[in-house]
Amino acid sequence: MTRSPLILAWRRFAQNRGAVIGLAILLVVVIVALLGPTLMPQSPWRMVGRPFLPPLTDGALPLGTDAVGRDVLTGLVHGARVSLMVGLVSTMVALLIGVPVGALAGYFGGWVDDALMRFTEFFQTIPSFALAIVLLAIFQPSLFWIILTIAIVSWPPVARLVRGEVLSLRTREYIEAAILSGQTSLQIIIRQVLPNALPPIIVLASLMVATAILLESSLSFLGLGDPNVMSWGYMIGAARTVLRTAWWLSFIPGIAILLTVLALNLIGEGLNDALNPRLQRREE
Amino acid sequence: MVRFILARLVKAAFILLAILVLNFSLIHAAPGDPAAVMAGEAGATDEQFLEDLRRRFGLDQPFHVQLWIYIKGAVQLDLGYSYRRGMPVAELIWDRLPATLLLTATAFFISIIFGVIAGVAAAARQGRWSDSIISTLALLFYATPLFWVALMAALLFSVTLGWLPGFGYETVGANHTGFARALDIGRHLVLPATTLGLFFTAIYVRMTRASMLEVSRLDFVKTARAKGLSPGVIQRRHVLRNALLPVITLAGLQAGQIVGGAVLTETVFAWPGIGRLMFEAISQRDYNVLLGVFFVSAAMVLLFNLITDIVYVIVDPRIRITQ
Amino acid sequence: MSLLSIRDLAIALPKGADRPHAIENVSFDLAEGEILCIVGESGSGKSMSANAVMGLLPEGVNPVKGSVNFEGGDILGLPERAMQAIRGRKIGMIFQEPLSALNPLMRIGAQIAEVFEAHGLLTPGERQRRALELLREVHLPDPEKAIRAYPFQLSGGQRQRVMIAMALALQPSILIADEPTTALDVTTQAQILTLIEELRQKRGMGVIFITHDFGVVADIADRVIVMEKGLIVEQGAVDDVLLRAKHPYTQKLVRAIPGITAGEKQDFEAAPVILKVRDLNKTFTTGGGWFKAPRVVHAVNKVSFDLRTGETIGIVGESGSGKSTCGRCIVRLIEPDGGSVEMGGVDMAMLKGAALRSNRKRIQMIFQDPFSSLNPRARVGRILTEGPIAHGTPRREARERARELLELVGLDASAMKRFPHEFSGGQRQRIGIARALALDPDILIADEAVSALDVSIQAQVLDLLADLKTRLNLSMLFITHDLRVAAQVCDRIMVMQHGKLVEIGPAGKVLSEPEHPYTRSLLDAIPGKAYEQALKQVVEAG
Repeated sequence: MTRSPLILAWRRFAQNRGAVIGLAILLVVVIVALLGPTLMPQSPWRMVGRPFLPPLTDGALPLGTDAVGRDVLTGLVHGARVSLMVGLVSTMVALLIGVPVGALAGYFGGWVDDALMRFTEFFQTIPSFALAIVLLAIFQPSLFWIILTIAIVSWPPVARLVRGEVLSLRTREYIEAAILSGQTSLQIIIRQVLPNALPPIIVLASLMVATAILLESSLSFLGLGDPNVMSWGYMIGAARTVLRTAWWLSFIPGIAILLTVLALNLIGEGLNDALNPRLQRREE
Repeated sequence: MVRFILARLVKAAFILLAILVLNFSLIHAAPGDPAAVMAGEAGATDEQFLEDLRRRFGLDQPFHVQLWIYIKGAVQLDLGYSYRRGMPVAELIWDRLPATLLLTATAFFISIIFGVIAGVAAAARQGRWSDSIISTLALLFYATPLFWVALMAALLFSVTLGWLPGFGYETVGANHTGFARALDIGRHLVLPATTLGLFFTAIYVRMTRASMLEVSRLDFVKTARAKGLSPGVIQRRHVLRNALLPVITLAGLQAGQIVGGAVLTETVFAWPGIGRLMFEAISQRDYNVLLGVFFVSAAMVLLFNLITDIVYVIVDPRIRITQ
Repeated sequence: MSLLSIRDLAIALPKGADRPHAIENVSFDLAEGEILCIVGESGSGKSMSANAVMGLLPEGVNPVKGSVNFEGGDILGLPERAMQAIRGRKIGMIFQEPLSALNPLMRIGAQIAEVFEAHGLLTPGERQRRALELLREVHLPDPEKAIRAYPFQLSGGQRQRVMIAMALALQPSILIADEPTTALDVTTQAQILTLIEELRQKRGMGVIFITHDFGVVADIADRVIVMEKGLIVEQGAVDDVLLRAKHPYTQKLVRAIPGITAGEKQDFEAAPVILKVRDLNKTFTTGGGWFKAPRVVHAVNKVSFDLRTGETIGIVGESGSGKSTCGRCIVRLIEPDGGSVEMGGVDMAMLKGAALRSNRKRIQMIFQDPFSSLNPRARVGRILTEGPIAHGTPRREARERARELLELVGLDASAMKRFPHEFSGGQRQRIGIARALALDPDILIADEAVSALDVSIQAQVLDLLADLKTRLNLSMLFITHDLRVAAQVCDRIMVMQHGKLVEIGPAGKVLSEPEHPYTRSLLDAIPGKAYEQALKQVVEAG
């Protein structure tokens, strides 16, 4: 019976209680994000009731209304879509920048490595949140720019990780064997190196989605979100000034962010344990 | 050692220079007339002021000349002028910098100290309930939005319980002096510094715990046991010191995030630092202030990095001696 | 009366291991002043009883039966506190990896002084003085400087001396040495063995010496225990076990040890030269930066030789001699700085891009580590066909050939569908050989190809290589640190030291009448030579 490493990894993942809980939470959020807008087609910006309606007082508006009478539940459902999309797309863009940079730097070494790593180090040193603020303030906040900005400030760890992995994989003997067998550098990077560097990249990516969601909510909180889409961070930012009178308006979207990010972190940890099992060499 | 610091300083200078180039490029990349961008939203209608800017920054001259003028100015600490506030940006930042330094440094040390202590405690009790509690809390705070914790802390400890001030740097109109003033500022500092530090504490807890467990498995720990040393000495002298190395590296990398996080904390707690200044500049479209704060916070990050580099060198003889 | 006496010891492995017990029914005694060797292959459980004596078993591995009697009491399962008083003071221990066994952040002196501190002995000043004396006693060069050094500033052998100084600081009555010379070069190994022997005589302590190397056993043991799969299969005085082994497993191990005398060798003087290496050069520059001068190491220094068709040349040397770098420069896994590597009229050192790729197919490599030489995410079928496909062979044909190759190296064709982690070390090495052969090369470079294997598996792989070589008329460069292995497979041997070729000649001549003093010191350091003679006489006597 031959078992692929993937099936073994899935079994280890399924044994991790935290990871399974995280996966369950994330599935709920994903379903809400996918189906929510169909089930609640009305605009989250529309006034539907009297302002400051506390939660659990009106059956039609279970989570109450905000300072201008908008439905909190609708906002939450539409926000889920924005948060997940920004998280996923910006992570993908960051991977598209970081993986090639890291792979080229690690594989070719020498001046290529020097140049690319100086560049990466520069982006890693500058305070990323401040850079994101400056970029969005100058280029006007829109979903496109928000995603790009988050990708720009979050790719350096990917590049560093991939470079490190590639550097250590590069000296493995099976890479040397592949070189000797006449495969081209590109073939070797894609077929031999990257598949083996994948586990830590997947783990990092799952954590990056979480960080990107946090970053998006922080930017929206500061008023740098896309003014046309409802997001969790915006909801908290808008409710900040009425914290004393209507605390739940800040509290509820915060819990939504917390649960989503927590779920992603749990999944990331589960993936880490599942994909990088510590080689338990039994001492003889 | 001196060589090492010198090399780091040269590198830092290059990074700052690169940031200036980046800033300048951003001004040009922004939609609209660069002079109008420099002037900010408020000043863009004042033709006289725009003309003045064009002349000063040579905006009718080739790109590299403009860049040179810009960098020369910045090196002399001229970060531009805020039309909106009627003050040079450098002066504005200089006024607000101490508050931010106080906040970020406090948060930084709080998070390192508590993070390492809790991480060591969790690793020592691996698998027991105290480890579970510490690890779960760390996981939770790692997933919590910084600004939301700040809001909730303000709500609970300031609004509801009334234990601590949730607003500002010191009590306005109290005119405290000396120790009384320090105490007053300290009380105001508790909530912002703690909430800013929480996220980073969580990171250090997780890192320290993982690192301690990793090092405990290394051969030299077995050697230490074979000598007959007690578990306490082994943990302190052999495991902890080695486990701290990656934590220090991480602390350096996180410095940038702490400075960034200050924008959120200062906004929530009305802390009069450069983060709050940045927040105000966003809504006012005061680009000179934004870019200035960005530049100065980068300089702060480089300073934090330099400190952690030096600490690393002191702790790790392999680098100290081969350098 | 014996110093230590172990009775019926059984140690359980965690659930899910390949067997329930790491060791079972283990009983033996250690007498005062005696060196007892426990020998076995990997997975035999040879380290387990020693670790149990120290109370240093890995987590999840626990003794379940038996007793360890020491100084009139059973110390098995004593509370941690009581064990602390015994460790270091009554029983000292040294380990395999002298680099990782020392704390990288502490000075040598402090690490030795710690032993006294652990047992509350002496004042800090006296501890430093004793540490210095100990470093002198283990013959560490320049002890005054070494005491202030950090581990990374010492060589492997020096670190192992420090470990010994540390283990002996409190004059324990027992020293446990767990593969203490496995990670060391052969000359360093000889020095450490001499040191252990010297200290044993001086102090009259009992030594438990764990090793996989029968040569080492023959040189230092008084008594021997042979272990297989957790059980003691044979124990007795060294000559009884090594020369007159009763158990078939021991006999098999003894037979598998390659002899140091070269057997019948063919002369290839007349054969055509297939690979002509001239003035091969490679320097490595490390460190360096804006404020610092770089360090230059001459890894390969003007090496020239000819390899003839069908011939095997052994490249031997210690770690850092440049033997591996030399092999990698020839196939351009490392870019040589200068010199030429001529193969069939083409200078390999000058080729680029596609021309390099197509010429390189004639010269393939077999690697050392069976765990890192196969891509863990590729099935064996893919591993064996990638090379031919890259050179334009149709997929079907390549797969057909792969099946033939598996058979050729003694594996079943069903291996095609499996992943590397499903095979043992020896089987992986066979797959590695099949991969090298997939491109029908003329020359094989084997880089420490059997060094990571147990001695019985090693013999099988060497036989396979010899067989393939004659069947396919291959020429081979055999890079190894092990002169015994070189003696067995090589027609000619070249010896490298510090990047230089110091001697090259027919295997028999280099091994029996070496010209260069370095070759002589290498040969002198090989453990178990006297034993080999004795064994030969026993075998000849029937």
